[in-house]
Amino acid sequence: MKKSRLAKRILAALPLLLMTVLLSACSEKYIVLDPKGPIGQSQKDLIIISTLLCAVIIVPVLILAGVIVWRYRDKPGRKVDYKPKWSHDTKLEITWWAIPIIIIAVLATVTVRYTYALEPSRPIESAEKAVTIQVASLDWKWLFLYPEEGIATVNYIKFPDNVPVRFELTSDAPMNSFWIPQLGGQIYTMSGMAMTLHLQADQTGKYFGSSANFSGKDFAQMRFIAEASTKDEFDAWVKEVKANGNALTIDGYEQLQKPSVEDQQQFSSFPEGLFNKIVTKYVPEGSTGHHHGGAVSSNEPKQEPVQTETDEHAHSSHNAAESTHAGH
Amino acid sequence: MWENIKTFASEFFVTGDPLIYGADVSIALTLVAIVFALTYFKKWQWLWKEWITTVDHKKIGIMYILCSILMLFRGGVDALLMRTQLAMPDMQFLNAEHYNAIFTTHGVIMILFMAMPFMFGLFNIMVPLQIGARDVAFPFLNSLSFWLFFWGAMLFNMSFVIGGSPDAGWLAYPPLSGIDHSPGVGQNFYIWGIQISGIGSLMTGINFVVTILKMRTPGMKLMRMPMFTWSALSSCLTIMLAFPILTVTLAMLFIDRFAGGHFFTLDGGGNPMMYINLIWMWGHPEVYIVVLPAFGVFSEIFATFSKKKLFGYTSMVLAMMSIAIFSFFTWAHHFFTMGSGANVNAFFAVTTMLIAIPTGVKIFNWLFTMYKGKITFETPMLWAISFIPCFVIGGMTGVMLSVAPADFQFHNSYFLIAHFHQVLIGGVVFGFFAGLYYWWPKMFGFRLNERIGKWAFWFWNIGFYVCFMPQYGLGLMGMTRRVNEYDWSQGWDMGWMPLNIVSTVGAFLMGIGFIFQVWQIAYSIKNHKRDVNGDPWNGRTLEWSLPSPAPVYNFATLPKIQEVDSWWEEKERIKAGKPTPQAPLEPIHMPDNSAIPFIQSLFWFIAGFGFVFNWMFFAIPGLIGVAVTMIVRSFQKDEGYYIPVDEIKKTEASTRGAG
Repeated sequence: MKKSRLAKRILAALPLLLMTVLLSACSEKYIVLDPKGPIGQSQKDLIIISTLLCAVIIVPVLILAGVIVWRYRDKPGRKVDYKPKWSHDTKLEITWWAIPIIIIAVLATVTVRYTYALEPSRPIESAEKAVTIQVASLDWKWLFLYPEEGIATVNYIKFPDNVPVRFELTSDAPMNSFWIPQLGGQIYTMSGMAMTLHLQADQTGKYFGSSANFSGKDFAQMRFIAEASTKDEFDAWVKEVKANGNALTIDGYEQLQKPSVEDQQQFSSFPEGLFNKIVTKYVPEGSTGHHHGGAVSSNEPKQEPVQTETDEHAHSSHNAAESTHAGH
Repeated sequence: MWENIKTFASEFFVTGDPLIYGADVSIALTLVAIVFALTYFKKWQWLWKEWITTVDHKKIGIMYILCSILMLFRGGVDALLMRTQLAMPDMQFLNAEHYNAIFTTHGVIMILFMAMPFMFGLFNIMVPLQIGARDVAFPFLNSLSFWLFFWGAMLFNMSFVIGGSPDAGWLAYPPLSGIDHSPGVGQNFYIWGIQISGIGSLMTGINFVVTILKMRTPGMKLMRMPMFTWSALSSCLTIMLAFPILTVTLAMLFIDRFAGGHFFTLDGGGNPMMYINLIWMWGHPEVYIVVLPAFGVFSEIFATFSKKKLFGYTSMVLAMMSIAIFSFFTWAHHFFTMGSGANVNAFFAVTTMLIAIPTGVKIFNWLFTMYKGKITFETPMLWAISFIPCFVIGGMTGVMLSVAPADFQFHNSYFLIAHFHQVLIGGVVFGFFAGLYYWWPKMFGFRLNERIGKWAFWFWNIGFYVCFMPQYGLGLMGMTRRVNEYDWSQGWDMGWMPLNIVSTVGAFLMGIGFIFQVWQIAYSIKNHKRDVNGDPWNGRTLEWSLPSPAPVYNFATLPKIQEVDSWWEEKERIKAGKPTPQAPLEPIHMPDNSAIPFIQSLFWFIAGFGFVFNWMFFAIPGLIGVAVTMIVRSFQKDEGYYIPVDEIKKTEASTRGAG
């Protein structure tokens, strides 16, 4: 049975293949596994924890499968026994109901804890005051508003490192998803709703920003750069943008909102309350509109910012990452 | 006048792309060839009497599988076009619009017009034979289900050359699929193609639940049923509960688009989130609907080719039923990232993980079915064995995706794409292939060529890993689904190219595997040895007690069942010289053929086509036709006919005589 030998080899090679993929993931191209901020770092930890927990059961099962298929293949002069009627064993069956139950119980506990800790509307604990960036996904570009600084950008954001960034997100187009893989997980942008996402960069660098949900024809062109810089550079950049005299007007916004693909743009100012105007665009007169999970106006964080377990990881990754690779 | 016709034609037919003109030509040629062949060989009457109007579950099953293989071809070509584009993103092989249409139709076709009919084909052919029934509970309804599926699929596929394909993703989320953002007819094709065939699916679900519960042969208690029949029962119960959700959701989307409704719009108090919840309340059970029968097929195959009883029968039943139930409580894991909040996400993360428990139990039971067995490696068994590592790894990445906070990094990325292709190809497609190879002799009376089958198997398997393992990597590199190009003008190289090229190579290897399968079938039809005893694999369940192919009435006398694996036990008794005595022959009552299912479904097609283009002069006559055929059927006194004992004796002598 030459074929079955090959089959067994392939069976044996599979876990190795998977390990290789995961190990080679140290490469800087696997950006999800090369996080530069506390949220992304916790998510990476969780990915590794869940992989290991699964591997604890998967690897032995794969080996067992290979061994059984090999050992009990039919061939002349076979020594191992054949029990055609053996089809039930209470102890064995209880065992393999129990094994996955235990693994899933552990994983579920970890998951639930992290789900609350990493809830995206939850602020990141920090001595620094968070920078707020309002995000609107349009057909097919990203508009960013800095309500405190009074500037606006397209397909590009800049923010200081080691300072939490509070993203408030909505859409004036079919829904999309805002994702900076190296800083942390994504969140959807939806018309008529405002969502909140907290991220932080631990080191300066330019990070890839993706539109992760299909939103029509040219959504593949809809990417942005998220640049973390030092506080001074950030302040200087804000000043520079404010001075460029290129203001975003209501008319300008109407133009921008039409379907098109755009390059990066920077605006020295934008119309007051533009973000809320986009969020409440569909609200009939006199009603209060949808309030969603982390709706901006109604849901200022009421809970005290809580120290997540992400912090210490964040520091270690910070140090490790500095020596290898400083962003793109 | 001429100008008007020209304008109409350029909007009606899809134009401007050489690929589409190529498709036009090949469709026209194929149609001409079919009409010519049928006329030349004088087969029109045969086609009408033997196939189109048949209510025989075995023939309906064969038609289902034939259609699903054609759909596998179309969905597969879609996949290869996409992979080609992604291997050379700068070549503009497919532009954005075309790419969006193709990934949409690929998804819809593979799930609804390939996996579903393949599954229904296997149910149709095997469930009655496994439970000792002479047909399904409602043979007329069964034929109607098939033709609704057929015309629904035709309507959907037509969009490729007429009017334009849907291009808002396979689940058509609003607001993108709403009239504002998708004003063309593509979404209408989507709604009506799926709606018409979906009604057929719902009726098939009901039909088989009733068949399994009411039509079992004496002694076939529920806990003595073959595992494939159990899987059909669990799958059909799930269909009965899930498909009405789809029907209603699509109807609401249609009302939004057609009549200016506001269920899922942004303005007027509508809410797209409602659609997303509803569509996944159907969509998640749907994947279990197609994978459970594959589990059933594997259970049969592992037992047969290990020559050993299935291990842990009761556990298996319990596991399958709990998967069917849990599948209704996990839908929100498809949108952890839509801001449901920690409570909702935690709940759905845990319910999703729970499904891994019964699935894990099933894997152990299959392994221990082989343990202390005598394993041989015919093609059905090869597919079954290769399913285990594939599904185990796919299941593991599924559990990883269910970890809600980590899913924020996986969602919509190629990691997700790799995961669901691994469980859908490794589970569903491998399972249905295995079932087709396993039951082919029962359907046609000869085995498929093993040598070519093994070539097909290796190409598919190696191709699968080459295609989808790199996609896990691409997901971790931040590549998201549905992008048609990744050359970023700002000059960042994300490093996605090499793995994409590898993945494309794998996809083409699977394509070669498919060609081997077609060759295998053609070759086996020409050069086969007739299977004379009806039991080529030394099977265990009732279908193998019949001659191949089974006579129209299936069982001359209804067998009396005393245990699980009754045919295996009966063979032991025959060997020991103590076969179970059979009842004397009696005339058998059979249902009449009917043209109404075909005609009524054709009227549905006409009505659907009218609604697609908003042509009431098509839609209204179509609906009237549907109503009239229903009324005609209601007043028909169709009592069926009896096959006399003499004819049964003759048939039995000729089919069993040779063996």
